[in-house]
Amino acid sequence: MSTAEFNTLTSLEGELMSQRETAEIEMAARDISVWFGKRKVLEGVNIDFPKRSVTALIGPSGCGKSTFIRTLNRLHELIPGAALAGQVLYEGSDIYSRDVDPVQIRLKVGMVFQKPNPFPSMTIRGNVLSGLKLSGMKRDNHDDIVEKTLRSAGLWNEVKDRLNAAAGDLSGGQQQRLVIARALAVQPHVLLMDEPCSALDPASTLKIEETIRELSKEMTIIIVTHNMQQAVRVSDSTAFFLAAENEPGHVVEQGATTEIFGNPQDQRTLDYVNGRFG
Amino acid sequence: MSQPDVEERRDLKAAATSHRGDRIFNGIVIAAAFTALVVLAGIAIFLGVQTIPAFQSQGLSFLTTTAWDINTDPPTAGIWGMLYGSVLLAVIGLVIAVPVSILLSIFMVFLAPKKLATALTNVIDLMAAIPSVILGLWAFYILNPTAEEWQQLLNQYLGWIPIFENASGNYLGTPFIAGFVLAIMMIPIVTSVTREVLARTPPELINAAESLGCSMWTMLRFVALPYGRGGIVGGVMLGLGRALGETIAVFFVLKIVFDTNWYHIIESGGGSVATLIVSRFGEVSGEFELSLLLAAGFFLFVMTLVVNVIANLIVARTGRIKS
Repeated sequence: MSTAEFNTLTSLEGELMSQRETAEIEMAARDISVWFGKRKVLEGVNIDFPKRSVTALIGPSGCGKSTFIRTLNRLHELIPGAALAGQVLYEGSDIYSRDVDPVQIRLKVGMVFQKPNPFPSMTIRGNVLSGLKLSGMKRDNHDDIVEKTLRSAGLWNEVKDRLNAAAGDLSGGQQQRLVIARALAVQPHVLLMDEPCSALDPASTLKIEETIRELSKEMTIIIVTHNMQQAVRVSDSTAFFLAAENEPGHVVEQGATTEIFGNPQDQRTLDYVNGRFG
Repeated sequence: MSQPDVEERRDLKAAATSHRGDRIFNGIVIAAAFTALVVLAGIAIFLGVQTIPAFQSQGLSFLTTTAWDINTDPPTAGIWGMLYGSVLLAVIGLVIAVPVSILLSIFMVFLAPKKLATALTNVIDLMAAIPSVILGLWAFYILNPTAEEWQQLLNQYLGWIPIFENASGNYLGTPFIAGFVLAIMMIPIVTSVTREVLARTPPELINAAESLGCSMWTMLRFVALPYGRGGIVGGVMLGLGRALGETIAVFFVLKIVFDTNWYHIIESGGGSVATLIVSRFGEVSGEFELSLLLAAGFFLFVMTLVVNVIANLIVARTGRIKS
């Protein structure tokens, strides 16, 4: 093999590698800073979210984790006074560029909130299908969507005989799985979860964690959690956020979850994951 | 095995009210509550007794016919056209006021900048404070000539719809004008309640809708309005209550005729129980006519009561999902 041939081959290989790498990053934050009015709450956040993986965002309350994930589906801009610098890349392109319709982003990047929030005026079935109505998305076979998403959310067996009951009749854990099904019905590629289990009992929490593991085979999941064990149980990679007093929050350390919890490089991370503050 | 002894249940109620301050306060609250009931019952009985002479002389036709010939022998009187007219005016008012109020509330809660919303809220609350006699005078001098033209246009372009027929060419004193004045009186009430209800839409529901790619319209249509439906219907009923009983503003702009105007809303002449009472009361011919007016008042009272009961049923029913 001549040197020229070798060079071509290696450069081809490099191209392939980099292609594969970019293909595997579904979403990425690039130098994200966030303000509410004059107050800066986040500074210089850079995180890659690999496709079909679970990323946990951990850190003490008030360090900007929830604010951060709301920048990923453009819910952030709906808060009066909210401002942002940097880029959020979805499949390589900036979701904040002028020609992007935020509604399309929100449909690709679904969200589950801290408190279960099914629509009280709708039935269980109506809640699952509500995203189609709200976004004006047309999909056939509503019965199939209801069954498939409720199965994915691990709720089907508990509600299949009462799909027309009020959503408010369900327990908190069931409601949270219902809103997961609701988020899935519009077929997002990424699912943001903002402390989805913090209002739930341990049994419901385990069910949701199972659901997260199951869903991560097909989609990218980004979860904010205050529960260290949960981060260890469900996530592939972890980012640790921290805000010093009166300073904006930033990412102290990120990497594979096993590394962050087993062998953290920063003393503050070590202290936090061992429960010494926060 | 023997039955266990029946357990003695201890009186927890007595223990719960053993605090003296609480007992006194409870007494005051209960007394106040009963005062309201006594007043209501008192009005009902007072008016109810007055209906006896009316029914003795007119029978059921007092409710089913439309006439007011007191000085003939025997006198004939019937208030059907007035009862129906009150409802017709209220419905016209609602048809105008409800959409305006809901759109206005949506604007104030979801679209207007905060300062503008506050200013609007104050202005609309002020609107509610305008005495109805002032509104009546305004309607008589200012609204009448304008509304005359609107009605001519309605007749010209939409005259093929039966409700916009006008055979007489007289466009004054119509149910439309009276209903329009009622709408102006209802808008602040309905708006104020609707605004309050919409502003209470839980933010987590709005968040949920936003995360599912809603537009402003779909969020309102599927989340905020269904959530506030009970309250909005309640507000509408408050407005309806005001419209049914409104007297003096209607007095200025409606020509009372003793004939049932079923649906010709831009034709001169209509009915209203409250306005009948006030227009006859000044020149009442004697005891008998007075008791007829009081009887009319009784049925106005009954009608508003029935409307309120129906409203409560609607409020209780809406937003509930059948399991």
